[in-house]
Amino acid sequence: MSDSTIKYRAKEKLLRFLNWFILLVGAVVMIVPFYWMVTTSFKYPSEVITYPPIWIPTRITLANYQKIFYQMNFLRYFLNSAYISVTVTAIAIITSAYVGYVFAKFNFWGKNVIFLAILSTMMVPFPVTMIPMYLFMVRIGWVGSHKALIIPGLYSTFGIFMMRQFMHSIPNELREAAKIDGCGEFRIFWTIIMPLTKSGLAALTIFTFMWNWDNFLWPLIVLNTDNMFTLPVGLAMFANQYWTDYALVLAGSTVTVAPVLLVFFLMQKRFIEGITLSGLKA
Amino acid sequence: MCALTPAARKKRKRWLNETNVFIMAAIVPCVLFYLTFSGFPMIFALYLSVQNWSLIDIPRFVGLGNYTKVLTDDPVFYMGLRNTAVFAVGTVFIGGILSLCTAMLINNMKKAAGVFRTIYFLPVVTSMVAASVVWRWLYQGQFGLFNQVLTLMGMNKIPWLDSPKWALPSVMAMSIWKGLGFTAVLFMAGLQGIPATFYDAAQIDGASRWKTFIHITIPLLQPTIVFVLITGFINAFQAFTEMYILTRGGPMYSTTTIVMHLYERAFEYFQMGYASAVAFILFAIIICLTAIQLRLTRVGWEY
Repeated sequence: MSDSTIKYRAKEKLLRFLNWFILLVGAVVMIVPFYWMVTTSFKYPSEVITYPPIWIPTRITLANYQKIFYQMNFLRYFLNSAYISVTVTAIAIITSAYVGYVFAKFNFWGKNVIFLAILSTMMVPFPVTMIPMYLFMVRIGWVGSHKALIIPGLYSTFGIFMMRQFMHSIPNELREAAKIDGCGEFRIFWTIIMPLTKSGLAALTIFTFMWNWDNFLWPLIVLNTDNMFTLPVGLAMFANQYWTDYALVLAGSTVTVAPVLLVFFLMQKRFIEGITLSGLKA
Repeated sequence: MCALTPAARKKRKRWLNETNVFIMAAIVPCVLFYLTFSGFPMIFALYLSVQNWSLIDIPRFVGLGNYTKVLTDDPVFYMGLRNTAVFAVGTVFIGGILSLCTAMLINNMKKAAGVFRTIYFLPVVTSMVAASVVWRWLYQGQFGLFNQVLTLMGMNKIPWLDSPKWALPSVMAMSIWKGLGFTAVLFMAGLQGIPATFYDAAQIDGASRWKTFIHITIPLLQPTIVFVLITGFINAFQAFTEMYILTRGGPMYSTTTIVMHLYERAFEYFQMGYASAVAFILFAIIICLTAIQLRLTRVGWEY
């Protein structure tokens, strides 16, 4: 072996090591906040504020969780969040698939204008429409009710756009063949088209659920009673009020984060596929 | 039904066939929905922005008064604009460079790539409120993790969120941590889309790693870069939640953003017209920024 190839190999090895090392350091930075959140939430309050900090708790307690669920209102927040996110997601993915399918596969009067008009609403920042929307909700008496969160989420612009892209890839012959067999449009859509777009629907389901679960500004504006709060709003109010009970506040954060993390771990491939798909085609 | 003449029945059949019903059942409710929840609010917002209205009295027309007041007589607006701009430039550029590096490093990996991608993606799926609460605890002055570590290393504590100098950079650090994985996944997809033949050719020509990066990777990654920049700026200019939880805009307005200012005007002072004017100015800024970026980054090559 010549001298230069040895040098080259040593350099390659060093670079590989550096590659690993930098990524590991970054990974630690990414994980530490989660680690600190979870461990703090299981610590006894007296062990939360010590110097030096207790890196690995030797004794853990569930008292913080019991407290936020039984004495505070976190169970209610959790149920509210679950109810709203599940309802909106279930309806929004069906409407997105339906409208997306019609835009992709049918011709009708004003189609392009309507589609562009819908698409252009994505460019309007939420702060612009948030004030009139709030006043509108005040007028029709939905402030403080979950209707104000559910009804405006029944259609998703992003979802319609994404499903339209998906529907384009379905061959027209499929629909024509089913029609010749005497199958009605509604049945074609429900029993033939919908199952074919499963992967798109899965990605959209995850996104819609996550957005609704994490949504903060709008619920903060329209909800006004503790019993109606979603997790993010409840957590924000709670953190403000009980800030120095760190263990409690972090138990609340863990509860808020856990469901989405769980969904992510179960379906991470779909997550990442969906992002690259929707992100770059937008 | 029976009273219809055959011709009318035929006509009715032509227009009201199942396909048309199917189309209308999709489009009509959808259009009504968008008119109610997008079209109407837009027009109403425009109307509000030329009114003086505090909810309890009757709206009073003030022309462009709100706009001139925001632009000439509102120091907090300008502080918010400055903070938002610093926040946007900092998070988009620093975050963008870091996530491009991360994406390239992860792409070099073979088996471990999936694990690293998952780890870097964790903050992305975390609720912003929860993440901010956790970081507020990490930044806490006395018992927060960061200051504990600094003390252990024999250094002075840093008033992360308590001083006007440190507060905005601290919020930005948290925001970069939160968004890095998302951008990295976009860059990874972009990098994988570059045909390997380009790199092979560069290697045959004896190009260095750096040269290959500058002359092949960056130009071919341009669509992704443009997308990351534009969406990054659009989102960063609407930053609210991080500041609301971490600092409430303080200390001394050092982390007040435009949306935060707007929120306070609308929902704490109930100046609906004034807040709407701020919202439209924000809208105009975002449109201008997007247009400028599209102009500057116009793709000038093909492959």
